[in-house]
Amino acid sequence: MKKLVISIVLLNLLAACASQKPKEMTAAPAPAPVAAAVAAPAKAAPTMVDPLNDPNSMLAGRSVYYPFDVSAVQDADKPLVQAHAKYLSEHANRTVRLEGNCDERGSTEYNLGLGQRRADGVKKMLELGGAKAAQLNSVSYGEEKPKAAGHNEAAWEQNRRTDLNYAQ
Amino acid sequence: MLKIMLLGLLMLAQTVSAYAALNIEIIGAGAHQIPVSLVPLGGDEKLGLAINDVVTGDLLRTGLFRLVDTTGKSPHDVADVNYSDWQLRGAEALSIGTVNVLPNGRIEARFRLLDVVKKNQLVGEAVSANDGQMRAIGHRIADLIYEKLTGDKGVFSTRIAYVNRQAKSYRLIVADSDGYNEQVVLKHNEPIMSPAWSPDGAHLAYVSFETGHAAVFVQSLLTNQRRAVADFPGSNSAPAWSPDGHQLAVVMTHDGSSQIYLLHPDGSGVHRLTFSGSIDTEPNFSPDGQTLLFTSDRGGSPQVYSMPVAGGAAQRLTFADGNSFSPRYSPDGKSFVFAHLTGGRFYIAVQDFQTGQVETLTAGGWEKKPSFAPNGKIILFASEARGRGILATVSSDGRVQQHMFTQSGDAREPVWGPQL
Repeated sequence: MKKLVISIVLLNLLAACASQKPKEMTAAPAPAPVAAAVAAPAKAAPTMVDPLNDPNSMLAGRSVYYPFDVSAVQDADKPLVQAHAKYLSEHANRTVRLEGNCDERGSTEYNLGLGQRRADGVKKMLELGGAKAAQLNSVSYGEEKPKAAGHNEAAWEQNRRTDLNYAQ
Repeated sequence: MLKIMLLGLLMLAQTVSAYAALNIEIIGAGAHQIPVSLVPLGGDEKLGLAINDVVTGDLLRTGLFRLVDTTGKSPHDVADVNYSDWQLRGAEALSIGTVNVLPNGRIEARFRLLDVVKKNQLVGEAVSANDGQMRAIGHRIADLIYEKLTGDKGVFSTRIAYVNRQAKSYRLIVADSDGYNEQVVLKHNEPIMSPAWSPDGAHLAYVSFETGHAAVFVQSLLTNQRRAVADFPGSNSAPAWSPDGHQLAVVMTHDGSSQIYLLHPDGSGVHRLTFSGSIDTEPNFSPDGQTLLFTSDRGGSPQVYSMPVAGGAAQRLTFADGNSFSPRYSPDGKSFVFAHLTGGRFYIAVQDFQTGQVETLTAGGWEKKPSFAPNGKIILFASEARGRGILATVSSDGRVQQHMFTQSGDAREPVWGPQL
């Protein structure tokens, strides 16, 4: 039984990873079958899963995305940041690293500043939501660690991002 | 106007220098190319030919010279020169001389540059270097020829720094101006950015992410000793040296947003300079050390501003469409070069302080991070060709460009070193 639950959770984690890309988030029909598949195990063993690892939870989303040269968290991503704020306020032992990233349409140094402003913006919102400053560390990679290569909007929209990386 | 001229000159001359750590392609040519004959140095002939290759490469890369054939004639002494031979071939200048290895292993070249028209000597000099420094002799001779024939100081003996990125490996590299004599200053698996030469050429300041975030380091190029001079929470970046080498301007975010600070190169005496709440970054000192250029988005989009180093009001300098980044003073302080993003492309452009006039020097692309050679005649910048990050240069009149390809990986973040 235990083995089965773990393997199902793993499968669901993979599914969750795939659905994190912004493109798939906006494609409406896709999430339905995923949700159906995870419903059963979540009920079967609710206490075994840290909500952070629950692929059904809002907390499964670990990236915040931005328009060009913008550092404010967009309305669409606010519930995600607020969910993480709530989780952090209830799990004082957890820490998270906020990593700001940018597309390449700026100087490397300007982008480093922009990425920092993105990460700091998420940090501020997490603090307002109840997280403690000591749980949060904000850094920027600017345009130095692009997730997607290519001089096009499809790549750029992936790269304008703040990642929430929890310490293990 | 300039852009049209450049297109006309594209592909006019294209030379590839083989066996270089960087492969170099030249595009365009100067308006008036000086015809010059370079006779390989006599004495140790093998050495003479090798040095001649260095001199030839240096001079051709400027686009300002045309080589006149030396076939059948190889004078090494003034007494052997028949000026009418060279006049017939159309040369205006002729270089001759000898090179030998001394008993102590040093290489010594005796070199003369002759004016073929006036039939006199323009310059004569004995140049010596340690064993293995053959290229340094070539660069010195090329500097002398360039200086005598153009009136500007040569920069072939100077060095450049850049970052090579290959997959997840980052190397900070210092090399001769032609890409040879690569020296790896730092190598690790986190990004390296923004190398900056101390005015005496003995130190590099740079940004490294090795501690998990952007921190500013200063490293000696002589001993390789280094220290973190700005390592506060958040990002620490964009180091710039004052002309006297006593101060660094850096950008730090721990007070809320990217702001410019001054500190000593040992990390002491931190002093905040800007108070905008915006992104203020990429500081660059004026040659007299009194003024800073920087990039700021305080007006809503990234543009170039200036302000007194002593503190005070900032003045916006760029007003063209799009965004402007990475300003750097020309060595004479009369203009600045910057990266201009407009219509989805980056261009390298120069703006005159007095007239405010902007000249776009390149055809556009992914062109970033320009810096002047110490003589103000060439601008080095990061570009892209064939899907790779490359180093590129453009003459300050926009006529001649070179593309420098590293053997592998992407070349980024270049900066020209000082004249020593």
